[in-house]
Amino acid sequence: MAPTAERTLDRHLVRFADALRAAGLAVPLISTLEFGRAVAEVGAERRDGVYWAGRATLVHRPEDIPLYDEVFEQQWLGALDRGRPATLPSPVTLLFDEPGGEPEEEVEPESPDGDVLSVRFSRVEVLSTRDFAECSDDELAELHGLMVRLRFAGESRRCRRMGPSARSGRLDLRRTVRAALRTGGETLSRRYLEPGERPRRLVLLLDVSGSMEAYARALIRFVHAVIVGRRDVEAFALGTRLTRLTRELSTRDPDAALARAAEAVTDWSGGTRLGDGLRLFNDGWGVRGMARGAVVVVLSDGWDRGDPAVMSEQMQRLSRVAHKVVWVNPLKAAPGYAPLAQGMAAALPHVDEFLEGHNLDSLEVLARAITAE
Amino acid sequence: MAGNVSPVSPHDVASVDDVIAALADQSYLADEGLATAVFLALRLRRPILLEGEAGVGKTEAAKALAAWSGGGLIRLQCYEGIDVAQAVYEWDYSRQLLHLRAAEAAGATEGVAVSDLEDELYDERFLVRRPLLRALSASGDDASTPPVLLIDEVDRADDEFEAFLLEILSEYAVTIPEIGEFRAEVPPLVVITSNRTRDVHDALKRRCLYHWLAHPSVEREVEILRVRAPHVSLALARDVALVAAELREMGLYKPPGVAETLDWAEALVLIGTDDLDPDAIEFTVGTLLKYREDQERARARGFGDILSAVLGA
Repeated sequence: MAPTAERTLDRHLVRFADALRAAGLAVPLISTLEFGRAVAEVGAERRDGVYWAGRATLVHRPEDIPLYDEVFEQQWLGALDRGRPATLPSPVTLLFDEPGGEPEEEVEPESPDGDVLSVRFSRVEVLSTRDFAECSDDELAELHGLMVRLRFAGESRRCRRMGPSARSGRLDLRRTVRAALRTGGETLSRRYLEPGERPRRLVLLLDVSGSMEAYARALIRFVHAVIVGRRDVEAFALGTRLTRLTRELSTRDPDAALARAAEAVTDWSGGTRLGDGLRLFNDGWGVRGMARGAVVVVLSDGWDRGDPAVMSEQMQRLSRVAHKVVWVNPLKAAPGYAPLAQGMAAALPHVDEFLEGHNLDSLEVLARAITAE
Repeated sequence: MAGNVSPVSPHDVASVDDVIAALADQSYLADEGLATAVFLALRLRRPILLEGEAGVGKTEAAKALAAWSGGGLIRLQCYEGIDVAQAVYEWDYSRQLLHLRAAEAAGATEGVAVSDLEDELYDERFLVRRPLLRALSASGDDASTPPVLLIDEVDRADDEFEAFLLEILSEYAVTIPEIGEFRAEVPPLVVITSNRTRDVHDALKRRCLYHWLAHPSVEREVEILRVRAPHVSLALARDVALVAAELREMGLYKPPGVAETLDWAEALVLIGTDDLDPDAIEFTVGTLLKYREDQERARARGFGDILSAVLGA
């Protein structure tokens, strides 16, 4: 890269980049410098020139375009001195009272057992069967540590990348010629190739609507544990909107990761538009390729305020491209549970495995379901 | 289209408008955003990363650039498992083996050091050049017009390949252990496209100028139709563009792209349509909507209804 140390950037350009950062866009310093060079090329006189120069150098994802547009408007339409850019209007979320017994009421966090002498092992035993909805924050943090120990190696599939093989298969000419050199051009030993294996991608869709609140705070820790535990995992929060959490949750430090995720999800404990959320996922990510051949896990109680037909259609689309669809419903463990919630009933025909997810033991079952061939 | 010598060569462009004009010469109508990205790529010698829905003209843009520059198009189609042997170079092993046997038969291997044999085998004449190496070593007759290197659908390749690509694109050079370094005298203009089936790595994005190609506005689509399919009447082109724009608003699985509207307009002309009517749409809808669900949704609303919604206003 050319040394750019002596470059002096226009104050306004730097301020613009700062404003973008303040608004939540990731703008590396390198991009700011590129922006400066780009503006020098197209000229700073024309507003459109500056706009497109910034679009080409500062924006790297289509999702960031509206934010960029907004900050651009503020910065370049004479509003330079308004100070900090206004934060984005937070969406208005309507809360409905769901009929039926969902764990909406605040669960009084129980004080950690007074028995300080309890040995670690038994504590694990107690915790592993404890319903997430009844866990205190401390217990959740402890559970988090246990979740990280679960193994999610995942199903593997054959991939197109070939690797060396001990068995005979496709001839590896490159290494065969190399070996022949050592024997004076005589191909005494032949070398072979075989297709390698890759883990299947794992996609986690976590319902963060109001009805799931008690479980979502535990399950998001589970999602984090999976993401840091293996490669090729994608995670999304489903609420009134769809939020991709893969980046936020890939920070190893659990507290930092959870804080970043909480910041990203603006509709935490909001309403439920499960079918619409799935549609957004299918349109924007899933059917395009992310869910193709992948194991998709939906963590949700199946409460959906939307049209069950939408739910059914979207689950069908998802199951058509995914290798396996697993639905994890924390309410399934409740005695006498039947999948009566409209969304759940609509989704079930398209689900390969229907599991519980209310405590650590059930997540272990889930981990096995993910890894099973 | 070919043989059209543009007034401005890609390396003398002075403004974004030059780019728009030159691409228009190649029957590609670029908007200001894309033209700015291309202009900057030429001036700053950077790759362009084009993302957008399928069928909005990402690959076409690279083709138009190549036709404009005259340096030729070198295309690398990415797919899962693509590796150095398919993207950069491979040795012609069968010829190497033949050479070895021939040398042996002639008694030339007697007393020859293995290292000398190796030098003989790993010579450029046994090198099979794949697209990336071709793009970097295209010096040849006219080194001042480098080729356009199109790396298509980079999201289909895996992470390992992307990291490797980043290395090549930051140096415009590649090293072959047995021979040495190949460095482009004039770096090629690199166009990378992605359909976003997964996120391209940040480091690669930072290296590139980014442009998101959206569906064109109605006015622009009419212009595109007029340029690419001149035999389509202005009135029909306008109706086609309006219907396409309306369909894109309907939340379909696969909204029609420019490629589909072009096909559709051609199909309408073929069946002799002058004025768009519901029947004509019914006969030709297969060129426009490629999902059964999408066709059903459009039908459920009624082609007549769609028509009166866009034309009646």
